[in-house]
Amino acid sequence: MKHTLSVLVENKPGVLTRVAGLFARRGFNIDSLVVAETESPEVSRMTITVDEQDQPVEQVTKQLHKLINVIKITSLDPTESVERELLLIKVKADAETRSEIMQIVEIFRAKIVDVSHEVLIIEMTGTREKVSAFMELLEQFGVVELVRTGRLAMGRGKRPT
Amino acid sequence: MKASKVILEALKREGVETIFGFPGGQIIPLYDAIYDFDINHILVRHEQGAGHAADGYARASGKVGVCMATSGPGATNLVTPIANAYMDSVPMVAITGQVSRHLIGLDSFQEADITGITLPIVKHSYLVKRSQDLPRIISEAFYIAGTGRPGPVLIDIPVDVTKEELDFDPDHLPAMQLPGYKPNVKGHPKQVRQAARVIAAAERPVIYAGGGVIAADASQELRELATYGHIPVTTTLTGKGCFPEEHDLSMGMLGMHGTPYANYAVSQADLLIAVGVRFDDRVTGNLSAFAPHARFVHVDIDPAEISKNVAADVPIVGDAKRVLTSLLVELKKLELSADRHLPWMQQVETWKREHPLVVRESEDGEIMPEFAIHKIWEITRGEAVTCTDVGQHQMWAAQHYLSSRPRGFITSAGLGTMGFGFPAAIGAQVARPGELVIDIAGDGSFQMTLQELATAVQYHHRHR
Repeated sequence: MKHTLSVLVENKPGVLTRVAGLFARRGFNIDSLVVAETESPEVSRMTITVDEQDQPVEQVTKQLHKLINVIKITSLDPTESVERELLLIKVKADAETRSEIMQIVEIFRAKIVDVSHEVLIIEMTGTREKVSAFMELLEQFGVVELVRTGRLAMGRGKRPT
Repeated sequence: MKASKVILEALKREGVETIFGFPGGQIIPLYDAIYDFDINHILVRHEQGAGHAADGYARASGKVGVCMATSGPGATNLVTPIANAYMDSVPMVAITGQVSRHLIGLDSFQEADITGITLPIVKHSYLVKRSQDLPRIISEAFYIAGTGRPGPVLIDIPVDVTKEELDFDPDHLPAMQLPGYKPNVKGHPKQVRQAARVIAAAERPVIYAGGGVIAADASQELRELATYGHIPVTTTLTGKGCFPEEHDLSMGMLGMHGTPYANYAVSQADLLIAVGVRFDDRVTGNLSAFAPHARFVHVDIDPAEISKNVAADVPIVGDAKRVLTSLLVELKKLELSADRHLPWMQQVETWKREHPLVVRESEDGEIMPEFAIHKIWEITRGEAVTCTDVGQHQMWAAQHYLSSRPRGFITSAGLGTMGFGFPAAIGAQVARPGELVIDIAGDGSFQMTLQELATAVQYHHRHR
């Protein structure tokens, strides 16, 4: 099962290297990793998705805690949190296929953000599963390239993650 | 004040009396400033010697050891000692020179990314980009190195930073900025009570004590626990001396090179009280066959060690001294009878009698190494500060030099660094000037760092 860790770290040079290095040397695998500043500029949030089958999540969390720059780690339960991924996908589209693609875009509440004669760039957010389903439907038209952010997540309710 | 002086002022404020080091281009401003300070500098003959000497100094004294080297090759020569200190949780601050800020990343002369190189082997590290951060960084470095589970901290300082002028008031302590560092030192009271109950109920208990007991200065508390509960004690290699090895309850070291009786006891125990240990593979061997009948109480200050290799039945995160103190209080409430596990004590005695460690005296007219070590022990009554190198002689020393006190047996356990013993002995001698320091070395190990003979002679040390 995929497990999401929301990790608050000091926003300092080298912190990402420390986290990535820790995963590498302890033989842990990262499924996806998203890093950005939070509401306070001294603190960044790393959202790390790991596979429970590959490593004990408890050991990953404890080892992460040992890094001096790690402030707080929250393990997010999928039922108690909201998770999203952002996808940008470039699909082949000519006069014949364009309207069908637009219908799929509408159903998934995605957005066309760039149009040219031969391709469309579509922006879409959703859970990992929804993003994958969307990608699969677009495959038949010819996917030129795509980029996904990896999983972002936030705990439900009043308490901050 | 010049930044180089600020660094030394800050070191003095941390109580630093001795620095082990070797100068070079990018650290010259710091060396120039040393002349004006009442800090003892020991000039080694290779930076590796400086690192191991700082390590030996830290282990012998309990203080944070300090070593210093220049950028590039000077810094990379500290890599082995830093890794060594990391594996054995030794408090150490390593200061390295770095090329000027505008030259970083350009493959400049004597440039090495030492913070990058040492990333997996430090507790923490700093690359100082602004001179005004120096007082805070030095405070933090010593605090991090010496608290919690101790370890090495690296401070990499570009040479142009050391030449800057900044305001510095030695009486004003800079505020540390460590929002993520809170070493948990007090054991959870509920867990401690649970441990006491489990200990009181055990029929075949064994204490398995390690370096954490020495780091926490908890030997006295450990001794009280063992004698009050009548529990035999076995130690790891880094734990040697945390319990007097001549004591009736001592079973010496356990594991691959341990005593037969310690290993028999562990394999038959129904409770292992593990204090300041990490269930290293040299101790446990095949994990699934280790102490198969035992439940585990595991006390360690590092939460990541608990249930890393062996699932703990009663995990206690905390400083060994504080946990053992409160554990004793709880145990005394339960009023243990002295003869509650008499058959077990008799069994341990029988194993000791039937399978003692054998000291071979001589073979083909030659003195055997174990015999020589045994004699050293007899003559010094186990009270010398004994350092070792790495290899067979190290195991003989661990088996036959019965250490009577903590910080009296200094050895490279986790990393197994050949060449460690001699420079470590130099550091230990600086830490304990009036005492007898012995280095037991093999010829291979000794030759790896024997240039430090010049250091020892220069500073009139009297190592054996």
